[in-house]
Amino acid sequence: MISQRAGTTALRRVAGTPNAFFTANVARLGLAQSLSTTQTRPVATQKITAEDQHSILAKQRLNRPVSPHLAIYDKQQTWFGGSIWMRITGSAFSGSLYLFATAYLAAPLFGWHLESASLAASFGALPPAVKGGLKFLAAWPFTFHFLNGIRHLLFDMAIGLRRQTIVKTGWYIWGASFVGGLYLAFFL
Amino acid sequence: MAALRSSASLLLGAASRPALRASAAVPAAVRGMAQVSDGQQQNMTASGDKPKLKTFQIYRWNPDTPTEKPKMQSYTLDLNKTGPMVLDALIRIKNELDPTLTFRRSCREGICGSCAMNINGTNTLACLCRIPPEDTAEMKIYPLPHTYVVKDLVPDLTQFYKQYKSIKPYLQRDTPAPDGKEYRQSRADRKKLDGLYECILCACCSTSCPSYWWNSEEYLGPAILLQSYRWLVDSRDEKTAQRKDALNNSMSLYRCHTILNCTRTCPKGLNPGLAIAQIKKEMAF
Repeated sequence: MISQRAGTTALRRVAGTPNAFFTANVARLGLAQSLSTTQTRPVATQKITAEDQHSILAKQRLNRPVSPHLAIYDKQQTWFGGSIWMRITGSAFSGSLYLFATAYLAAPLFGWHLESASLAASFGALPPAVKGGLKFLAAWPFTFHFLNGIRHLLFDMAIGLRRQTIVKTGWYIWGASFVGGLYLAFFL
Repeated sequence: MAALRSSASLLLGAASRPALRASAAVPAAVRGMAQVSDGQQQNMTASGDKPKLKTFQIYRWNPDTPTEKPKMQSYTLDLNKTGPMVLDALIRIKNELDPTLTFRRSCREGICGSCAMNINGTNTLACLCRIPPEDTAEMKIYPLPHTYVVKDLVPDLTQFYKQYKSIKPYLQRDTPAPDGKEYRQSRADRKKLDGLYECILCACCSTSCPSYWWNSEEYLGPAILLQSYRWLVDSRDEKTAQRKDALNNSMSLYRCHTILNCTRTCPKGLNPGLAIAQIKKEMAF
């Protein structure tokens, strides 16, 4: 652009001098108009009120798509993030507590046997692998929620918030919770 | 560079072609920008450098045809002729392959925050994001997640800027300076602003936050909270209590569940997660 501008100013300077041949040429080429340096912008702006702005934006948003989010964001951060699994494990525990408590309350009405003794007896009758598996299903969410809970308490004290620390502790908790869960399920 | 040459001729062509059509006898006006690496480029291809092809998949949506669904479009570039950053590739695609591709860019050095977008799954600035040279996998480029798309890679950030305005991002003070000249600050107090004032409001962190995705109408989001903290810790500001009061509700601040995608994504290496944790601490004790 700069070189172009330099070229046009040079041309105009030449055009300014009384050189009949050149100016005539320029005029014939129809260049005179496009060589003007004053810019004209055929766009007019107008002031609108805040409400109008809002309604225009709302109308535009009806047409605009929402850009993709969960589906495209780094899986490691969204699907394996400590936060969402904290919520899932916590909900699983509180959900099963409510479920069991309600079932226990309703048991006499339906004739279910949910007393500790009968539960222990039926659990004891299962093969060891199934026993361990069931225990792991409860043990892993517990260890994960427990360890990640400690991490969240540290976060609340503004500890361990460096970028590398966040990534590392995230993976450590996955590893430790699995090891802990396996220990609780099979070696205890 | 080939990219440079064609962009220059495109620009000049659009500006001067109608006037010049009558006669091609004005070579001075057609001359493009200086082309430093032109000879070098030809040498490279002449010496038989294998083209390093890389495919970019880019999110496209055109507001002129709003009923058409957004789609991914592939562009293949030879990395030997492209600059090292994703923004270089985008500019080259726009110049040479598809002039309808739309994205924001300005400074190309990570100080304006215009080219924030989602590249290979994480939000970052295209100008600071290297194209992995050895990796032949496709690169996927989306606009910032969960934003209204204006066109292609351009998100609508109206709400984001409104939220920034809502935290009153300026010094609020009633007492005049003791020496009548300027508001002085100790070195230690000034140091507290490091890591906060550098934020360029590119919205990478806010749009990486799932909590902000679901609650962007009311939750301020990491970028704005980082700025809130910047004014909360400023020793010269006298409206700290009011600022805290404005945050003291269930949505503005406390929708942060320390997911910490913000800290992991910040292209400037700042720590919005830490700033939010500090605000929460200050509010609690």
